[in-house]
Amino acid sequence: MNNNPYLPEMATVQEVITETGNIRTLRVTLDNKERMDQFSFRPGQVGQLSVFGTGESTFVINSPPTRKDYLQFSVMKTGEVTSRIHQLNAGDKVGVRAPLGNGFDFEAMKGHDILFIGGGIGMAPLRTLLLYMIDNRADYGDITVIYGARSPKDLCFTYEFADWRAGNVNLVLTVDAEFPGWKERVGFVPTVLNEEAPSPNNRLAVVCGPPIMIKFVLFNLKELGYEDPQIITTLEKRMKCGIGICGRCNAGSKYVCLDGPVFSYDQIRAMGGEL
Amino acid sequence: MAVKIFIATDQLDSVLEKLATKIDLWIPALLKEDKSGPTGFIPYEPGKSPVFERQTTLPTKKLLLPQVETLLRFEYKKDPEGGSTSSIVVDDARQVRPTLVFGARSCDVRALITMDRVFSQGPYVDPYYVERRKNTFFATLVCEQNDSKCFCSSVGGGPADMEGSHLKIVKLDEGYVVEALTKEAGSLLEGLGEAVDKAKDTKAGKIVKEASKRIVGDLDTKGCAEAFRNRFAQNDFWVQMVSQCLSCGVCTYVCPTCYCFTITDETQNLKGERMRSWDSCMFSQYTLEASGHNPRPTKLERYRNRVGHKFSYIPEKYEGILGCCGCGRCIRSCPVTIDIRQVVGNLKENSNEQ
Repeated sequence: MNNNPYLPEMATVQEVITETGNIRTLRVTLDNKERMDQFSFRPGQVGQLSVFGTGESTFVINSPPTRKDYLQFSVMKTGEVTSRIHQLNAGDKVGVRAPLGNGFDFEAMKGHDILFIGGGIGMAPLRTLLLYMIDNRADYGDITVIYGARSPKDLCFTYEFADWRAGNVNLVLTVDAEFPGWKERVGFVPTVLNEEAPSPNNRLAVVCGPPIMIKFVLFNLKELGYEDPQIITTLEKRMKCGIGICGRCNAGSKYVCLDGPVFSYDQIRAMGGEL
Repeated sequence: MAVKIFIATDQLDSVLEKLATKIDLWIPALLKEDKSGPTGFIPYEPGKSPVFERQTTLPTKKLLLPQVETLLRFEYKKDPEGGSTSSIVVDDARQVRPTLVFGARSCDVRALITMDRVFSQGPYVDPYYVERRKNTFFATLVCEQNDSKCFCSSVGGGPADMEGSHLKIVKLDEGYVVEALTKEAGSLLEGLGEAVDKAKDTKAGKIVKEASKRIVGDLDTKGCAEAFRNRFAQNDFWVQMVSQCLSCGVCTYVCPTCYCFTITDETQNLKGERMRSWDSCMFSQYTLEASGHNPRPTKLERYRNRVGHKFSYIPEKYEGILGCCGCGRCIRSCPVTIDIRQVVGNLKENSNEQ
């Protein structure tokens, strides 16, 4: 990054993928080719995507550092900036400030079995780590993914499920209710978690999804014998500067944009503050 | 030998006028015609008389962190061939001129100890703040305010505290003794005022000595970070402390160490600016997420965060320094008489009961 952390780098949208009714994925490249070639980041780090004239928002870079043809951001249409992002097409210019935040400690995760639990758009931050692990498959043990959404139409990344499975990933898909043609599981994510009951032995659980899902998933993980340090999540907060200065995304003395967004549950308990 | 000059009361305006030719000069002054009305720092103009008698209503904060400032400009350019948007020119909008604040107070300058950490300790350094900071000089009054709301001595400062100041101003009955505390500041005084005779020097020395002995405020902040953590989850305590809060945000507006800001884009046709402006943690929208979730939905969480930020989070993050300079402005300005000294004092009272 340049010496002014508020200045975005210019980037171009290469491709827009419609994931669901309100989620789109953008693949962007930095216009400075040298910077794009040198760009390095950790799975789980975030970027500020800006549409000049509307503003900036924070999204995880959900493509892995092992696949650097583009940087991928998946965006749910919720507010002003995300609505504007949804209007972008290939060829449009955006600003990018990245990488920001801490990312997953994928080194420390080596040698462990991994359990990903994702709900809806919450699969995006998990995807980057999942693909990184698939690309370094020998370093990790069993990889189980429990991914759920309201209906099959609300699942993201459906076009690559086959690739995940081909990467020796135990992919468990679920939707909240029966749906014509749906052949995978039916039931809420926490329920499916209990049915699968992956052993906590030498396993780390990486969780991301809506607060209500997290709440029950946490409860069930504890029941299954998972300890706080074994449970890792990425937090969500309203952010502006993205560099730990503007003040709003704090939980206690930690800033989610700078010290996070990835925290283990023992870290979250230690920092106190509002979530 | 430090550069020291005397400015007779009736010479002040002419000295300030000369000073203003050397550097952008800001003085404490009335913001309205009303003599008892609000005061703040304004650019010096000949004939404008500084108000040194009382602490300004508004601090010097905006000199380093303007209420609104441009972070960058952008422009969409039309491609004459294709007719569509083809490129965006983004430029950094910084323009900083050397500035002297003549008549700051030690609490105003002490606030910068906090601000410096936040904006320049990193890992990310805020270039806008840093550049202003480097180019802003403070001529600080040895303070005789000492009213019932002041508590600078409780947070590490004091009425004669000159840490971070470049010039020291001592007010005598007949004028001002101004002493340069740095070499660069000394050159600002060249050719101004008159020599300080022994009698005046002795008088000034006495005033400084007495001011440094004065203890302003009796709040005990020792252990406040830990006391805050113990109180954090005690809702009853916080309800009691903030039940009358109106969430008006004036405490953050007048606070020299409140720096939270928002970033927004302003645009007209194909041109626009990305602006940063003061925000306030007292407002519910400050933390409201697009999903509708709000981690600090009521004034209880918001006020608790303000106290925590200043007396627990900042000390925890920056080796024990407090996020409060003891100026008392939040107490003076609060329409419902919330007193942060009481809240912080109460953190420790029986904090293990309840």
